[in-house]
This record gives sequence, C-alpha cells and structure tokens, in this order.
Amino acid sequence: MLGPILETLIGGLLTGVLYSLVALGFVLIFKASGVFNFAQGAMVLFAALSFARLSEFMPLVVAFALSVLIMIALAYAIEFLVLRHLVNQDGIILFMATLGIAYFLEGFGQTVWGSDIYKISLGLPHNPIFILESVFPGGLLIDPSELIAAVICAAMVLVLAIFFQVTRVGRALRAVADDHQAAQSVGIPLNQIWLMVWAVAGIVALVAGMMWGAKLGVQFSLSLIALKALPVLILGGFTSIPGAIVGGLIIGAGEKLAEVVLAPVLIRAFDLAGGGIENWFAYVLALVFLLFRPQGLFGERIIERV
Amino acid sequence: MRAPTGQDIAAGDVLLSVENVSLAFGGVKAVTGVSFDIRKGEIRAIIGPNGAGKTSMLNIINGFYHPQHGRIAFKGKARARMRPYDAARGGIARTFQNVALFKGMTALDNIMAGRTLKMRRGFLWQLIRLGPALAEEVEHRHRVEEIIDFLKIQSIRKIQVGKLPYGLQKRVELGRALAMEPDLLLLDEPMAGMNLEEKEDMSRFILDVNDYYGTTIALIEHDMGVVMDLSERVLVLDHGVKIADGTPAEVQADQAVIDAYLGLSH
Repeated sequence: MLGPILETLIGGLLTGVLYSLVALGFVLIFKASGVFNFAQGAMVLFAALSFARLSEFMPLVVAFALSVLIMIALAYAIEFLVLRHLVNQDGIILFMATLGIAYFLEGFGQTVWGSDIYKISLGLPHNPIFILESVFPGGLLIDPSELIAAVICAAMVLVLAIFFQVTRVGRALRAVADDHQAAQSVGIPLNQIWLMVWAVAGIVALVAGMMWGAKLGVQFSLSLIALKALPVLILGGFTSIPGAIVGGLIIGAGEKLAEVVLAPVLIRAFDLAGGGIENWFAYVLALVFLLFRPQGLFGERIIERV
Repeated sequence: MRAPTGQDIAAGDVLLSVENVSLAFGGVKAVTGVSFDIRKGEIRAIIGPNGAGKTSMLNIINGFYHPQHGRIAFKGKARARMRPYDAARGGIARTFQNVALFKGMTALDNIMAGRTLKMRRGFLWQLIRLGPALAEEVEHRHRVEEIIDFLKIQSIRKIQVGKLPYGLQKRVELGRALAMEPDLLLLDEPMAGMNLEEKEDMSRFILDVNDYYGTTIALIEHDMGVVMDLSERVLVLDHGVKIADGTPAEVQADQAVIDAYLGLSH
C-alpha cells in the first residue's frame, strides 16, 4: 500500500511545482500593486503560443529568447498604455484593467498565432524510470520529463526568491503596493517598478506555459490553469514567494493523494461514485483556509485600525 | 544631471514662486490665478475654508497636478510639466492630509523608504546588496536613526505603522519626509485629528525642523492658534482665489478673510 501512495505523492509534488510556477506570476504582481492579476493565465497562454509557433521555424533557444523579448515588450505596452494612467486609482480599478487585458490577450494571441492546438517539444525524455526497486516491489514510477520540469521550476523559483528577499527592491515593491502617491512622493520610480515586475511575471508565465504546454499541448484551456493558482495563493498567502512554492506543493500532492486515499473511503462509506476529487479538492482546501487563516501560511497579517 | 541643491540660495530669498497659476478639473475651477512665493528658511502657512484649493496647491507644487495656466519656479528655475518623481529629486518632500504611510511596513522601513533618492548607487545597483552598497545602507540607516531620535519614536521603530495610533503615524510620516533631506517640506494638515497635547508636540517638531535643519516649510492647517504661532507669513485662499497674503496679524485683521471664514454671502 505504501508504494502506490508514495508514487502518487511524488507525482503530485512534481505537478505541484508547476502550480507554484503559475502562482509565482500572481505573487510578483500582487506584491507590486496589491492587485490580483486576472491576466496571468492569459499571459501563460500567450507566451506558450508565441513559443510554440516560433519554435516551428527556429531552434528552441532562439525561440525562447524571442519569446522573452515578446513578453518584455508586452510588459512595456501594458505599463505604457494601461497602468500609468491608473496611478492612484483604487485596487478594484486596477483589477478591472487586468480583466480587460486578460480578454484582449486571449483573443490577440489567437489573432496573431492561430487557434489550433500546438505542440511544444522540448526534447525531454519520456520513458518512465523506476526508483527504489529494492525497497518496493516493482519500484516507484517517475516520469522523467516531469522531473526535469520540476527541477527547472525549482531553479526559477529559487532565483526569484533570492532576487526579492536579498535585494532592496522588496521594500520599494511593498511601498508601491501600499500607497502609490506616497511612493511617488519619496521618489520611488513607480513606472520602472511596474515595468520590471510585469516583465518578470511575463517571463515566469513563459516558463510556466512551456512546461504546461509540453505536458498538455498549447491550447485555450491553458489559460484556465490560472484558476488552479488561486487556491495555491490562498494557501500560501498572496504576497509570499515561499508561500507560492509550499502552497503549490500542498495542492499538487493533496489533490492526487485525495484521489487515491479519499475516493475509496467515499465509495465504501457513502456508496458514492468517488471520481473527480481532483477537480474540487484544491478549492475546498482553500475555503477551509479562508475560514481559519485568511492571510495564508506565509502572508502578511491584514491589519486595519478602525 | 541633478537639480541645483538649493545651497546657493540665501535665507530669505525666494525658493519657490508661483505666478498666476490656474487649475481646473473639467468645469470645476480648483485654483484660479493664484500668485505667491515661499522664501528660503521660512514657515509659510496656507489657510482657507474647506474646498478653498489648499491641497490642490500642494499637489501642484509637488507635481501630482499640472496647472493649465501659470508659471512655477523652484530654486529660480521655471519648470514645465513636472512629475512627482522629479519634484522629489529636486528636493520637495511632503506629507498627506490622510496619512499616506506604507501600512504593512515598520516605522523604520517607512522612514528608510524616504532615503530612496539619497542612495548614490542607481536603482539597479541597489539590487546587489553587497560591498559598497551594503556600506551605503549602513550609512543611511545611521541618518534614519538620527531622525528617529529627533522625533522621539525610538520605541515604535519596529512596529508596523498600521498598528500605531494616528498621532504617531503622522510623526512617522514627518520622519519619512525628513529622511529625504528636502529643501522644501510640504505638510498637509499635520495636526488634523490630534488632541491638544499631540498638537503641541507636533508644533514643536515643526519649529525644531525649521530651526535645526533650516528646512523651508509650507503647511496647511485649520487650527488658527497653531498657524498664528508657527508661521511667519500666511496665504489665504477661498474658492480657489487668493484673498489675502501677509503676516498672521495682518491676515487676521483682513476683512475679506473674516468674511470668508464667517461665511458672508458672495
């Protein structure tokens, strides 16, 4: 019994790292504007589409570099056309703007790159490998492409975490998120900060889109993965990079384990069909967190003096 | 290219001049044809009934609003459209009517944020917090601790400012502005919502800042007693128009000012 559970756990954790990566994009923008960026999923889709189509004509490395440039250009356009006109507006106004950006990007991506399902082939090995064969009969099955994807994600998360924790940019980000006017009045370059954060979030979206695209194919539903990032953020806390990592791992492992462990219980005890737990587990977990620990595991406690 | 430091302007000379400035939002006239100046080293008060255009005037000076007409010269240099970032670089600091602190950050971090522009290394260099950049951080921390001592807020420096009582928040906000070592400090109702004791403390700090650092201060205040005690010259606005400008005694005796405050029909 332990063998299959461990195998599920490992598979779940590997998927969880991919959730973390998507969630990370949200955290970056939330840290710098206090706003949930509804367009993050659309950015993942747009970036993946760009990469998939470009890689049809050129080597992967060149396609990647070009896609990075596209995401930086996109960040510049968003800052120049939308964000800088919304300084000092309420968070809800910024949120509405990201909603608009999301729908624009989803359509625009299809206008430019087409609306079929595209494949991303990163040349990762697909033959399953087996580990710990001496401990468990038959060993534990691991998909090496998932393992490599997880390692890449982990490296990315690590780099970003160091960038934001060790450097002083963190203070400026929080300042901007707390109060635009006050940040400007002490000379924090609001526009530069937003440009930087959206560019980094765009690059994170690109990596996330490549990994998910290689797994599922690049298609419209990729933008819906962002919805899985929401419970991850609620668990980890909207402002915390470590939170996004831990939240992603818990959700990834939790939903897979629930499928294996909880389903048989439901079937036996309540005579339910027992399927589809993976679809709702993350959201129920998020709901529990909202009730008992709304700031998440690592988020800042919300303080409001009345 | 850095703006002139203001060191070359002697005390008593004009630091900021506002000539015939008008600002309207659509059809609403916030400020109409106002001219006045602020001299280096003085404490200048701007008073007037609610909706007189006082805060709009401050927002014009530090670049949040851009007037449609008129000319503004700071340190003798007329300026075109100026962004708040440029104003901050030029040496203008301010506080806000409704405290605008970074609520999730400690008092210390809030005041450190005021040093942003004093960091010699460019913004990207500051990312690497090693070697020279680290030495610089220590140096700035030292200056910030001086300000904390000056404002007597040692005990609250590690507390998130959102948890502090209003009076102390206002003091932290003053500290953040002071950390910028400004040539011109704009205070928007520094004593609003304070009790008598807090008001006396704040008055003392404002006088000390002016005295000790030689900072030129322009403040908006509703408490007449405070205005009369602190300021050397008072500008009175009403419905966006200048109705008086002079010493506290002159202004107090001015019939137009009395009418504006007593609500004479226009």
